[in-house]
Amino acid sequence: MTDRLLPQTKKDVLDIIRAAIEDKQTLEIIGAGSKCDWGRPVNSAALLDLTKLTGIMLYEPAELVLSAAAGTSMMEIQQALAEENQQLAFEPPDFSLLYGGNNSGTLGGTIAANLSGSKRLQAGAARDHFLGFEAVSGRGEQFKSGGRVVKNVTGFDLSKLLAGSFGTLAAMTSVTVKVLPKPDKTRTVLLYGLEDDAAIKALSKALQGPFEINSAAHLPANIAVRSSLSYVASSGGSVAAVRVQGPGPSVEVRCRAIRALWQASGDVDELHGHNSDILWQEVRDIANFLSNAEDQIWRLSVPPSAGAGVVAAIASQLDGEFYYDWGGGLIWLAVAANAGNSATIIRQAVDNSSGHATLVRASAELRSNVDVFHPQPAELARLSRNIKSSFDPAGVLNPGKMYKADG
Amino acid sequence: MQMPEPDAAIIAKRPEIIDQLNRIVPGGPFGANVITDPDGLRAYECDGLSAYRQLPMVVVLPETTAQVSEILKYCDDAGVKVVARGAGTSLSGGALPLADGVMLGLGKFNKVLDIDYANRAVVTQPGVTNLAISEAVADHGFYYAPDPSSQIACSIGGNIAENSGGVHCLKYGLTTNNVLGVEMVLINGDVIRLGGKHLESEGYDLLGLVTGSEGLLGIITEVTVRILRQPDTARAMLIGFDSAVLAGDCVAAIIGAGIIPGGMEMMDKPAIHATEEFVQAGYPLDAEALLIVELDGPKAEVDHLIDRVQGIAADLGAGYFRVSENEAEREKFWAGRKNAFPAVGRITPDYYCMDGTIPRARLPEVLKRMDEMSKKYELRVANVFHAGDGNLHPLIMYDANVPGELERAEDFGADILKLCVEVGGVLSGEHGVGVEKRDLMGTMFTEEDLNQQQRVKCAFDPDSLLNPGKVFPTLHNCAELGRVHVHDGQTRFPDIPRF
Ligand SMILES: Cc1cc2nc3c(=O)[nH]c(=O)nc-3n(C[C@H](O)[C@H](O)[C@H](O)COP(=O)(O)OP(=O)(O)OC[C@H]3O[C@@H](n4cnc5c(N)ncnc54)[C@H](O)[C@@H]3O)c2cc1C
Repeated sequence: MTDRLLPQTKKDVLDIIRAAIEDKQTLEIIGAGSKCDWGRPVNSAALLDLTKLTGIMLYEPAELVLSAAAGTSMMEIQQALAEENQQLAFEPPDFSLLYGGNNSGTLGGTIAANLSGSKRLQAGAARDHFLGFEAVSGRGEQFKSGGRVVKNVTGFDLSKLLAGSFGTLAAMTSVTVKVLPKPDKTRTVLLYGLEDDAAIKALSKALQGPFEINSAAHLPANIAVRSSLSYVASSGGSVAAVRVQGPGPSVEVRCRAIRALWQASGDVDELHGHNSDILWQEVRDIANFLSNAEDQIWRLSVPPSAGAGVVAAIASQLDGEFYYDWGGGLIWLAVAANAGNSATIIRQAVDNSSGHATLVRASAELRSNVDVFHPQPAELARLSRNIKSSFDPAGVLNPGKMYKADG
Repeated sequence: MQMPEPDAAIIAKRPEIIDQLNRIVPGGPFGANVITDPDGLRAYECDGLSAYRQLPMVVVLPETTAQVSEILKYCDDAGVKVVARGAGTSLSGGALPLADGVMLGLGKFNKVLDIDYANRAVVTQPGVTNLAISEAVADHGFYYAPDPSSQIACSIGGNIAENSGGVHCLKYGLTTNNVLGVEMVLINGDVIRLGGKHLESEGYDLLGLVTGSEGLLGIITEVTVRILRQPDTARAMLIGFDSAVLAGDCVAAIIGAGIIPGGMEMMDKPAIHATEEFVQAGYPLDAEALLIVELDGPKAEVDHLIDRVQGIAADLGAGYFRVSENEAEREKFWAGRKNAFPAVGRITPDYYCMDGTIPRARLPEVLKRMDEMSKKYELRVANVFHAGDGNLHPLIMYDANVPGELERAEDFGADILKLCVEVGGVLSGEHGVGVEKRDLMGTMFTEEDLNQQQRVKCAFDPDSLLNPGKVFPTLHNCAELGRVHVHDGQTRFPDIPRF
């Protein structure tokens, strides 16, 4: 049974990593464990569990900034923000249902996975809201980068490297993020019955207008029917959706304009605030729509206008279910757990445009046999390895979690 | 400020280096692409931080990525240093040449390659100016949001290298939030692509790392940026206050009310006077602090928010309030702020532009202490701020012809930046570290912090040939930095719960 180490302070984290280096041992870093099945399985001597490093250290609503210990639960963060009518504008998803857990993770884990929801389209990803951190590197050195202010070009932006590094470079002990006011009002405009290609073109047309749309998704008929909202489920066909938020008078004007723009393309309807929130939560958290708990789940990031083509290329060779977010640029795809060759087929389709495909959920066996993260060209892979060893030359932290070669 | 000692052996090889560069980038009908004569080199001797000057050993102006790759590969093999230059508007000396270095100018990379409205992206060469991107898409009602005041001149490649900002960045993000991809050449000649028209990259976010890396990691040869639809309406307002404290309170109250304006700038009295004399924007000369707040979006939203901001300003006792009634007037309101640097340049022989960021709430205290410093150093200062995000641009006025004044201005500037760090801010908000703030890095970072940054540099450029002498106060050898420090076997953790 692997040891579970529970540091109480950042000094403890430092001591543990230094000891691991001396003993030539490896560590798997975990927060609440809500996403620990994302990535390749890690075989480590011990778990470095950061959930005792908790607490909001600084929250200044007027300065739009929050710092917290890395193990602070997302629940606690969201609650504190809600009390001030603020939010994380990148809308981190809650993958507890997807991975079959019961918690929505920690702030550190959210950043380490660079997790963003539908609003990423306009507001940016987790990495765009990540201002600074303190961490212990795989060399056993405590270091920091960034700060608590948004405008900061002092030195290299190591925050960007740490966001999405899945704990392979350093164990973050505290994290500072930018927060934003919650919008006054939310509306969603729905467009019914279009095929994928036509729907994505309609989304693109709306996104090119002056409507400040912050989310744009398309649900094929077999997915839409699983929504808990009757507006979405009971039409019997596909549903494309865009969300607008902001001051009341503005939202109304923008919705009217989008409806007018779409009128000729199909039936249109509108969701008000509460129903909007439900729909976008379903889009963001996946598990309602791709509901078979056994399926492999893939996440594809492609140029939005290529989305429908990429899916068509995959669907001609592989049975699966899918839907689109980010105006067509993000595709969530479920294929049967035992679908052979899925990685090759999916990645070929993506490589014909540009972008990447990540295997977000699969059996441990599959995750150790195929590349979970999109294979990189040789020059890039070399650079990534150099980066890894600049932080963690002995390969102490999360060995092999992202790339086999680092295991 | 000391630059690394030029390498005499490299300088001795200059003729050979020039031959090789001529071979890689032959001259065309419009003349040579390798500049070697002193008059030609003079045009490259400094960037926007003109207090520091140095003639480069040679300038090369390649036109293709393949040429850049060959140049770098040659320089890597021959151990020759390379400094990239876009438009040379850096205010931190990032593009300051080296006596023993090749200056690689990107001026010939001047074409917009692809405008893709369906994906709301533009692919361009790095030498294209920031403004030219917006102009290329203006007919279709689009623009590129980050708008440094130098946008008419500065290159998009330079913007990425510096992670530049502008007044629109409060609402629409900095360069780093608006770049989708780059093609980049590494010092060994490898050509890599990071990102693209897709929104998100996976793996280590090298695109994010490269943005703001000041030419130390590679040469950017192609850029993909996101473009935005122009808002239907934009209106600016001028709000004058009797004190900077009240103006600061107003900024906090606007954001506290959940309003993120398209731009929110502040000027102090000396800056108001200098700019008003220069452009006659109609600024209130009796105000101690002036806010320019711009709201953009659908007309209904702009009208609604203007009312709300007006209410907030009135509650705080604003003495002056004006809203732009048409586009010409809006531009006039901005003209003063956008020309603040030249305006101050008119009332002083020389000025030194600083660029710290502070947590907004500390503004009154910082202004007060800056005032004390101004008295101590006997130098005047005018202040313009990106108030919405706490980025200060104090302009220190001095006369380089008066012995000692430049040094006094630099000391004053260093004190201001140290103060920014002391109150929780940073040394540079958007102009970069370059050579200018290099020696102050220790006030913000520990040695371990800086070593880790330099190790990342080593991952790209193990012999430190790309823009050495910038950003880092001490140049460490990569092999030495790479060593793991082994502790003495005492690091045990009896108090840590294990189970
Ligand atoms: C009057 C004035 C106003 C300004 N206002 C602002 C402002 O509002 N906001 C702001 O952020 N800045 C401002 N600046 C600073 C400056 O314009 C920006 O930093 C700008 O991005 C520099 O671009 P450039 O093309 O001139 O780059 P350069 O000055 O040529 O180079 C800057 C740095 O980038 C590197 N570099 C350039 N091109 C490349 C490339 N293709 N690949 C790799 N490295 C490269 C250089 O080596 C150097 O380190 C202002 C400057 C002036 C003179």
